[in-house]
Amino acid sequence: MTATEQTLTSAVSPSGASPLTAQQLSRASRVGIASAAVLIGLGINAVLGEVRWGWVVAIAAPTFVLLTYVASRLVEGQRRAVDRVAAATATMAFLVVMLPLISVLWTVISEGASRLDGTFLTGDLRLTPEDLMAQREGVAAGGAYHAIVGTLIITGLAAAIAVPLGLFTAIYLVEYGKGRLARAITTMVDVMTGIPSIVAGLFAYALFILIFGPGSRTGIAGGVALSVLMTPVVVRSAEEMLKLVPNELREASYALGVPKWRTIVKVVLPTAIAGILTGVTLAIARVIGETAPLLIAAGVAQSSNYNPFDGRMTSLPVFTYYQYVQPGIPTDAGVARAWAAALVLVIIVAVLFTVARVLAWILKPAGLR
Amino acid sequence: MSSSTITRATVTRRGDRVFSGLSRGAGIAILVILAGVATFLFVEGRAGIFGDTEEMSGSDSFLQYVGPLVFGTVFAATLALLFAAPLAVAVALYISHYAPRRLAQTLGYIIDLLAAIPSVVFGIWGITVLAPLLTDNIYPWLNANLDFIPFFSGTVSTSGRSMLTAGLVLAVMILPIVTAISREVFLQTPRLHEEASLALGATRWEMIRQAVLPYGRSGVISGAMLGLGRALGETMAVTIILSPSDGYFWSVLTNQNSNTIASNIALKFPEAYGLDVNRLIATGLVLFAITFIVNALARRIANAGFSGADG
Repeated sequence: MTATEQTLTSAVSPSGASPLTAQQLSRASRVGIASAAVLIGLGINAVLGEVRWGWVVAIAAPTFVLLTYVASRLVEGQRRAVDRVAAATATMAFLVVMLPLISVLWTVISEGASRLDGTFLTGDLRLTPEDLMAQREGVAAGGAYHAIVGTLIITGLAAAIAVPLGLFTAIYLVEYGKGRLARAITTMVDVMTGIPSIVAGLFAYALFILIFGPGSRTGIAGGVALSVLMTPVVVRSAEEMLKLVPNELREASYALGVPKWRTIVKVVLPTAIAGILTGVTLAIARVIGETAPLLIAAGVAQSSNYNPFDGRMTSLPVFTYYQYVQPGIPTDAGVARAWAAALVLVIIVAVLFTVARVLAWILKPAGLR
Repeated sequence: MSSSTITRATVTRRGDRVFSGLSRGAGIAILVILAGVATFLFVEGRAGIFGDTEEMSGSDSFLQYVGPLVFGTVFAATLALLFAAPLAVAVALYISHYAPRRLAQTLGYIIDLLAAIPSVVFGIWGITVLAPLLTDNIYPWLNANLDFIPFFSGTVSTSGRSMLTAGLVLAVMILPIVTAISREVFLQTPRLHEEASLALGATRWEMIRQAVLPYGRSGVISGAMLGLGRALGETMAVTIILSPSDGYFWSVLTNQNSNTIASNIALKFPEAYGLDVNRLIATGLVLFAITFIVNALARRIANAGFSGADG
């Protein structure tokens, strides 16, 4: 603990000597405490053998909080010390939460990049004997073209159902709705938000076996499952945005004799369009990574199926799952395909997120800027 | 909406009728869909609950089948909440009250990014990165030193496919929603409350304890409940990580774990046939009921808190 003592001797800032002002830890001494904590973390690791960065952080973070408390307690008193500990703890918590995010992104990029090639984006899993031989020798074979197509079709169907449904519901709730029906709808949208994704999948499965016969798994069933998950998100975000439209705009339109529906279409919706499109994009980003409902409702296939009404349809998340848990022989080839598919998924989600932000920025009407 | 006062005066036109009909229809469609979810699950699940268990694999009765699954579901979600809730509150406080003002929005955006990562990606990350990390460093130590606590007893799983790993990954997944809601209520704390506290000489932490936390309490609780609802229904991460067994298991380090409802469905559904399918759908109905109750409680707490305005 010699490091602590050293820090403390330099901890009193020169200006803290006046009797009217309390002494404070200077910035330099706080930096000193932080470096001391890291050094202790490194030191303990070095004594125990090899230096592992995870352990360094795991030791340094609590040490930093502890040292801050001790130093502040001695220099600034009890109340300030507790205040500093709270600040340090909150900061540490944020950094701790950053670790899994960075780790996930790093792993996906480093593991997935190697197989994200032309074969992966254009091929499917109907492997010829030559492919299988090549694969055994470590040559890249097989791809996720069929899964990418499936994801686009299924998500497109889901959006085609959920966006109009959600948007009109939001319009009803904001522009027309009052009384019991509107209250019931609001409550039910809340309930719908909480439906577990796998339950949505079971619902779509149960619905479509009535139409296509027992055991059927189709793209449209997957689309319906995702639309159940997507609709409440669209309703919520569109509702928020419509509520933000100033009432003066509506009244000005009515005063000019414009009927209500034209007011909504020509005045209210254009004013709120930026927020609505952002909400829709984020809703798509949310459902495009859903695995469980598609596993149940759309199933898995080895090659492209462009018809959502007939036969199973693979999507990227389901592809990822199956390539990981049933990689085939050799295992490495399947697992590498799983990571590449995960990378494609993460890229799609990141692009959608960025698009949402850009849309919000571009389309923001001058009146609300 | 105050616009309704004007509607009365306008002449009803065909366009208006069509448009209002469409939007009302969409609203009613939502009610129908939700009723449909419950009805279809019940119709298809009924045979699984009351049907002949001779024709199903395993257990003698539905209750015997679903019991361990309910236990596993609640256990995993509780573990996740135990880790996520304190961290989420701390992170929310950091973003709302400690981080530099200009950074706050970006930091919130980064946390939201965590919510956007698909669960299957979290799953394969959990099993390839997190599980070995924990099995090499933490689990043996917990098992060696704390095995008098039932949670840490038993033989440590060498692959890390244990309840604790699943709970930790779930915690990471529900953290964003709990953080987002907590941050939102912390930011709503009346400025005057905060300034009054600071003016009386409180340090920042004392101000947070006196003004921010009491105001945000119900919001944080309802955010945590919503997070719990998320964790209960989360599927793929658990399916990929957990090594399931049949029965009730309290230990969080071993290869023997009670499976969760959602994960059990994802695992068995693709290969199930006959009455087994109906039984899986029935367990889905049970899951729906559990999440429904948890979410309803969350809303109730939130509403009670805000209207009661304990400020």
